[in-house]
Amino acid sequence: MKKQSTKSIALRGLFYLLVVFLLVFNLFPFLWSLYSSFRPSNQLFSSDILPPFSHDGQFDLGYGIANGLTLDHFRSIFADPRFVAALINSIIVSGATVLVALGLGSICAYALGRLPFRFKGPVLYLVLTMTMFPQIAVLSGLFMMLQTLGLFNTQPGLILTYLIFTMPFTIWVMTQYFRSLPKELEEAAYVDGASPLKVFWEILLPLTMPGLVSTGLLAFIAAWNEFLFALTFMITEPMKTVPVVISQFSGVDPRQFPWGEIMAASMVVTVPLVILVLIFQYRIVEGLTAGAVKG
Amino acid sequence: MNASHLIGRCFAPKFLLAALAVVLPVTLQAGVTIRILGDSDVGAGGKWMRAVCQEWAKKTGNTLEYVNRPKDASDTLRQCQQNWAAHSPDVDVYMIDVIWPGIAAPHAVDLKKYYTDADLKQFFPRIVENNTVKGKLVSIPYFTDAGLLYYRTDLLKKYGYSDPPKTWEELAEMAKKIQDGERKDGKNDFQGFVFEGTASESITCNAVEWIYSFNGGSVIDPDGKVTINNPNAVKALDNAKSWIGTISPKDVTTYGEDDARNVWQQGNAAFMRNWPYAYSLGQASDSPIANKFDVSVLPKGGDSGKNAAALGGWNLMVASYSKNPDVAADLVKFLASPEIQKRHAVDISLLPTRPELYKDSEVIGKNPFFAKMLDVLNNAVSRPSTVTGSDYGQISAAIYQNANKVLNGGESGQDAVVNIERVGKQILQ
Amino acid sequence: MAKEIDLYARQKRLAWFLVTPAVFIVLLIVAYPLIQVVYTSFFRAKLDGSVEPKFVGLDNYANILADPDWWSAVRVTLLFTVFSVGIEAALGLGVALVANSKFKGRTLLRVAVLVPWAIPTVVSSQIWRWMFNQIYGVVNVIMVSLHIVPETDKIAWLAAPATALPVIIAVDVWKTTPFMSLLLLAGLQLIPKDLYEAASIDGAGPLKKFFSVTFPLVLPTLLVALIFRTLDALRVFDIFYVMVQGQAGLQTMAVYNQIQLILFGKSGYGSAVSVIILLIIMTFVVLYTRLSKTSFE
Repeated sequence: MKKQSTKSIALRGLFYLLVVFLLVFNLFPFLWSLYSSFRPSNQLFSSDILPPFSHDGQFDLGYGIANGLTLDHFRSIFADPRFVAALINSIIVSGATVLVALGLGSICAYALGRLPFRFKGPVLYLVLTMTMFPQIAVLSGLFMMLQTLGLFNTQPGLILTYLIFTMPFTIWVMTQYFRSLPKELEEAAYVDGASPLKVFWEILLPLTMPGLVSTGLLAFIAAWNEFLFALTFMITEPMKTVPVVISQFSGVDPRQFPWGEIMAASMVVTVPLVILVLIFQYRIVEGLTAGAVKG
Repeated sequence: MNASHLIGRCFAPKFLLAALAVVLPVTLQAGVTIRILGDSDVGAGGKWMRAVCQEWAKKTGNTLEYVNRPKDASDTLRQCQQNWAAHSPDVDVYMIDVIWPGIAAPHAVDLKKYYTDADLKQFFPRIVENNTVKGKLVSIPYFTDAGLLYYRTDLLKKYGYSDPPKTWEELAEMAKKIQDGERKDGKNDFQGFVFEGTASESITCNAVEWIYSFNGGSVIDPDGKVTINNPNAVKALDNAKSWIGTISPKDVTTYGEDDARNVWQQGNAAFMRNWPYAYSLGQASDSPIANKFDVSVLPKGGDSGKNAAALGGWNLMVASYSKNPDVAADLVKFLASPEIQKRHAVDISLLPTRPELYKDSEVIGKNPFFAKMLDVLNNAVSRPSTVTGSDYGQISAAIYQNANKVLNGGESGQDAVVNIERVGKQILQ
Repeated sequence: MAKEIDLYARQKRLAWFLVTPAVFIVLLIVAYPLIQVVYTSFFRAKLDGSVEPKFVGLDNYANILADPDWWSAVRVTLLFTVFSVGIEAALGLGVALVANSKFKGRTLLRVAVLVPWAIPTVVSSQIWRWMFNQIYGVVNVIMVSLHIVPETDKIAWLAAPATALPVIIAVDVWKTTPFMSLLLLAGLQLIPKDLYEAASIDGAGPLKKFFSVTFPLVLPTLLVALIFRTLDALRVFDIFYVMVQGQAGLQTMAVYNQIQLILFGKSGYGSAVSVIILLIIMTFVVLYTRLSKTSFE
């Protein structure tokens, strides 16, 4: 009994060591940028990585904080109307992309995963082909298409092109989800005389909620971070999205590469996503366990 | 956007009348929207240009939308080509690199009809010639550029030198001495010489300078003969290789213009090769190196070599797909006018394209080095863009990939010139 | 019986109804560019339309296959794909398993894992480029202070292919492992708990449980994740583009494509490159589906 417990303590220790490693690996670059976003520009370009903690030969925490950290970069990005406009733009484009991709994608996935449909294979292959094209290669074709439709430099136009990488993924993953649900669930409902659409809406869709949330989240992040299409299809300033604006960031002081501002802006665009994950993490876990255990 | 457009329409006549009376010789349509793809916001150029364009809009009663170009020149070219291929009326005026007229020509309005011959004579003839493709004046010179050697006057003095280096050999020797001395004093990150070594157009300019300075020619001569494969060109490349890890950091082969300037601007380098834009940034009052540096011509390759500076610069063109080419041309004329170019030079130290401005006391007062620039510009070496036309991208890529590879130790200078020669011959056959 | 037939017919009708909008969009945004690219690949043409396109048959394809730079790009892409996807799959499964077990701070880990994915690629490539900067980069600063490298000879990570490729792979692993682990986590959570209980009753240890219950049941999800990641990796563009630009010996197929198509403006040749990349990627898809015996029916 005693031996067992030492072994389990050791295992537990190893386990937590692994957890710590994963935390450091995932978070260090993020924390490093976070730290960089608070450092004065002149200290960013020096190989002293810590703030000047020693003062008059003595260790002085207050001095280090007062002289080694600053809110300047955050002030300067929020004083820039272009950055604020880009934030709003990104929210609209990414949000709408997710809604369209999930809406159309999940009903399509339901048909492919659950309903009798002759062309499942061809449709899935078509969807897959869509994801295979190098984005560089479709760029000029999409550009022509948007011009023809009069959607160049508009939000609906950008949203349409974002479906290229969000729809196939949604359809694929959701088809897997629908397929993995047990058959008995809907059979009972059909016996009671429910219509296929009702079965989808009232029984299957709630069960796939965790899948919807996680694919929606991934689609949102992909759209939020997309660069090439946004750079090419949105040319005037009120239309630009955050990644493009960050990449063209000038900062207040043209004498220095605006590294601090870039880091601050990156933190501002990353934090909402982290919050989204925090909120939906609960839903993913709860929804999944409830669905899986009861089902 | 609509609201401002409407306001523009309502008030335009008043402004127009005023403007007509004062400056404009041509009749303009009132209150149209002009979009200009101008300088990048990285560095000072974009901010400056944006403000000046708005001045024009206010003066003429038009609406101006500024399109910020990507930082990277190649990305900018991609964006331009895409718009041109689609015959897109979305952008009226483009700021194009001095090496692009061959590519841009089919999509440009001939600007000759907006200028008299006498007007055109006031620009550097060489640039106007560069911008004229098969008799069509594709673009108007906006600002010009030439590679310069930046050096730290205080450090030269400290280590007993009175003048900047005359040859690359001297530069290497001086850089080494200063670097060793500064590092001994505890500045471990101090570098002797920084330049643009990254595999892009940046190193193409540097390589063309090195080769020309060693009497190795200009890669392809104006008659279309590929001249790169010669012993002097090999010597020039191998000489640059010898700097890596001795007076230049090893990752200088990943540096673009601003990477090099970052090291320099922090006071961490004795010499730098860069464009004139770094001058006013370095002399700003809160800059660590203010009043501690000067600029000079780039060194010669050996005593028999030449001082070489790559010719750069940007020009303004009107797209033939523009719905209001006359209004767009008016903006171009405004931006290239002597008054605006003078302010450009005084405010952010960019080189005017009108020789007369190099004698202007205010311009020289702010940028003493401009006095030497006329000579530098007259002797500047062009990249082989005219002779290769729309295939310039290929020869440039061959130069920058091979030069970068030489610096990284991936191939010898001899292999590099053979490879560049092959691509050059392919293009010109 | 009649009712069942009726239901089947209704389901079939509904299926058509539900699939159509998605397929319509797919055709709209993919069919046009696709047809255009295949068509253009048989011509010698310029991107900006400055020269009259000329039909050249399969010349473009022959020229690509004769270009050593293309083969170097294929090699770099395959190396990158094999290593990054392989490491991501293994690490992603590990993370998913850890995140799926109960322990204090589980939520923190789940959120932490997603952070790298949430940072825009443009930015994260810059962060890493900054961290691996020879002079100011934190990696070299730490290595110097641990006396792994001498202060005067810091490593120029991104300057040469031999060190740059591993760095780029590390960045990609860091960035996309969350994608893997999130998908796998969802898959793990679908495994019914009673299967583990049954295995425990049969006296199976943790390792046995993993191989007899977890792995087979998570395999379909793993394969989907692998397919998507492989497709992504074979087309990798932005990380390479931001971190090493056009450096010789560090071009991927997509970078090569971009250079030919956009930078050189050779739309015929560039389109042919796109078609070849598409064919290579399709081969991988067929291989995966054969291997996994996944049927589409």
